[in-house]
Order: sequence, then structure tokens, then C-alpha cells
Amino acid sequence: MDIPTSHRDFERLALPHLDAAYNLARWLTRNDHDAQDVVQDAYLRAYKYFDGFRGENFRAWLLSVVRRAAYDWMKRNRPTEVVPAAEFDVESVASDGDADSPDAALLRKADRKMVNEMIAALPAAFREVVVLRELHELSYKEIAEIAEVPVGTVMSRLARARALLAADARRRLGEGGHGR
Amino acid sequence: MADNEQPGGPMEDLVRRHATRHTAPPGLAARISAVLAAAALEEGRADVPNRVAALRPAARFRPLALAASFLLAIVLSSGATWYVTASHGQDRLAREVVASHVRSMLGAHLTDVASSDQHTVKPWFDGKLDLSPPVVDLAGQGFPLVGGRLDYIDQHPAAALVYRYNQHVINVFVWRGDSAAIAPKPPAALQGYNLRHWQDGDMTFWTVSDVNGAELDVFVKGIKSASR
Repeated sequence: MDIPTSHRDFERLALPHLDAAYNLARWLTRNDHDAQDVVQDAYLRAYKYFDGFRGENFRAWLLSVVRRAAYDWMKRNRPTEVVPAAEFDVESVASDGDADSPDAALLRKADRKMVNEMIAALPAAFREVVVLRELHELSYKEIAEIAEVPVGTVMSRLARARALLAADARRRLGEGGHGR
Repeated sequence: MADNEQPGGPMEDLVRRHATRHTAPPGLAARISAVLAAAALEEGRADVPNRVAALRPAARFRPLALAASFLLAIVLSSGATWYVTASHGQDRLAREVVASHVRSMLGAHLTDVASSDQHTVKPWFDGKLDLSPPVVDLAGQGFPLVGGRLDYIDQHPAAALVYRYNQHVINVFVWRGDSAAIAPKPPAALQGYNLRHWQDGDMTFWTVSDVNGAELDVFVKGIKSASR
């Protein structure tokens, strides 16, 4: 588009993704009030930079703006939570081979509250890939675009997140014999 | 999108089955709309597409348009000062009305008195203003009353009556005075909002909304006939 976009045009394009934007912001900030602020900030940023958007996947682009707004918010308000993701990425997928999932019978005892808490407890770099993959059902490629990392990194973070979740589930459900 | 991605294992199933998919709370979309409209007002680009479209036919006949504009300049030169002043006035007032509409949707201050009952909203203004604004019941026509609020426009304390049409907010501003004097022909749309203006006795009416022009006309007709 060569013509500058009116806010109405932008709204028509962007508001259908509001639930997705809010869900991502909600999981990153972990509370409703801040998620609303982040989404509002993100939509304003996206509107301002929209004329520069030349990509094909608007939804992925919008979610990347939401993610950045959320990280900026975290840096301002919870700096200790923003761990440089590179720290996690040195650990290879292979190291997670021993972190098998608890067995199915045990997992059936898990409920909504527990699973939400488990995801919320993940470091942000893992939390976001889990949310984008399992809740937004995005492809590795889209997630890579949003999280601004290579596809391989998305895959290794997902594997590592899975292992962390499995270990947490085992601990919460009392299996695994780690003496708790 | 299935790029050779492995099917979910038990942990993925667990997450998909139980994790909360948060949906945007009610009101967030409206607040974002208002923030975007405010940003557009600031940048003055909200009406750009219309302007571009309007310029296109003229561009095809540029020499003619140029000549015409010279002629127009000569004919109007004597009235030019008046015209500039008047159009500036109507533009300023229309902008003020739109800005007030946008502001009303920005925060939590759409109404001072929230009620769909005209007999609650109308008396609320008693003693607060030097006029008694007509408050009508247009719910049957799809425009339910939301409430009222005090506002300040063109250096007048004004009543703002809030109606709704589907998800759209309609503001009706009423104040005592004759804005026709400074706004002989106000724009019907500004910055993506539709505007209507009329005068009833010594009361000035402006209504503004993002509902489309035809629906806003129906609304205005409803107000005029119901307040008679």
C-alpha cells in the first residue's frame, strides 16, 4: 500500500487479532491490567509503524510488536525476569532426553489451575514459545518470526520447555522419587 | 500449518487441554480504537485516504483545474478573508466536537449519569446547565440511550448525551448558542467520524459517531421528531 493507512483501515486489520494479542500479553505479564496496557501500547506502536510493514503475515508481525511491548514493560517493571534467552539456548535438546513425561494416568490428575501455574512458572523465553505453539497453534516458522530467533532455537526451546513442564508436573503430582 | 512438525506428546496435550486461552476483556477494543483515533488526530492523517481519492480525478485535468483555480481566486478574492475565517471556524468547531467524542471513549468517563431511562438522564442536567436538553427514547429504532455527561465545547458548558448503535457510541452535544453563525456549512465527516449539526431555537446540536452516514441520518431524524 502506498497510501498512508487511516486508523479505521488499520483497525479493520488489527482488531480481529485482539484476543491473540491479549492472550500473549497476558501470559507474558501474567496479569490482566498490565496485559491491557501492553496491548494498547502495542496497537499504537503497530499503527505508527504500519506504513513500514511490508511482510505477508500481518498476524505474526502484530504479535511480534505485542511481544516487544511486553518485554519493554517487563524490563521497566520486572527487570529480574528478563533473563537473556541465550543463557538457555546453550543447553541442547539432547540433554532433555532423560526428562520423560510422567505417565498418562498421573497426568490425568492435573487440572487447569495446576497447568496454568506450571506455564506461568516457566522463564519468559520458554513461556512464550509454549503459548505461541500450543495455544495459538502457530508454526515453528511463525514463532521464529515473532520471537526473533532461528527456527532451530524455537524447536530447542520447545523441547526444553517440555522437559521443564514434565519435571514440574512430576514434582507437583508427587511422582519421581526425588524425596519431597 | 503443518511443516514437518512432530505431533504433540503428553505435555503438549496437557497444555492444550487445560491452559487458559485468555480473551480480551470487554472495553479493550473500544479503548484501543479511541487511542488510535487520538493518535490519528495528532498526526492529522486519519482522513488521508479520502483526501487522496478526492484529488485523483482533479489530477487528470490538471491544466483545467489550474485555470479554474485562478478564476476562482479572482472571483473570490474579495470574500477570501471572510471565507478563510469561516472555514477555519467550522473546521475548528468540528475538530473540537470530534476530539470530545474521542476523549469520551478514551477513559472510563463516557457518562456522568449512566442510564437507559430518559426520565433519569434528563433531570440529571437540571441546575447543571442553562438549558434542558431533549433526551429521547430511540431504543426501538436501535439507538438505546446510554447516559449523559457534562462537557465543554466552544467555550460553552454543554450536555453530552450518549447513545449506542450496535457496538458504536454516538455522542450528541447540546449547548445554548448559535454555532451556525461561525459554522455555516460544517463538514459531514472528519477524521473518519461522521458529523451532523443542526440548530433548534437557541440550542445548538452536534452529533458525532463512527456509525455510517445513512444510519446517523436516521438517528438525527429520530431525535428531531421525538423532541418535538
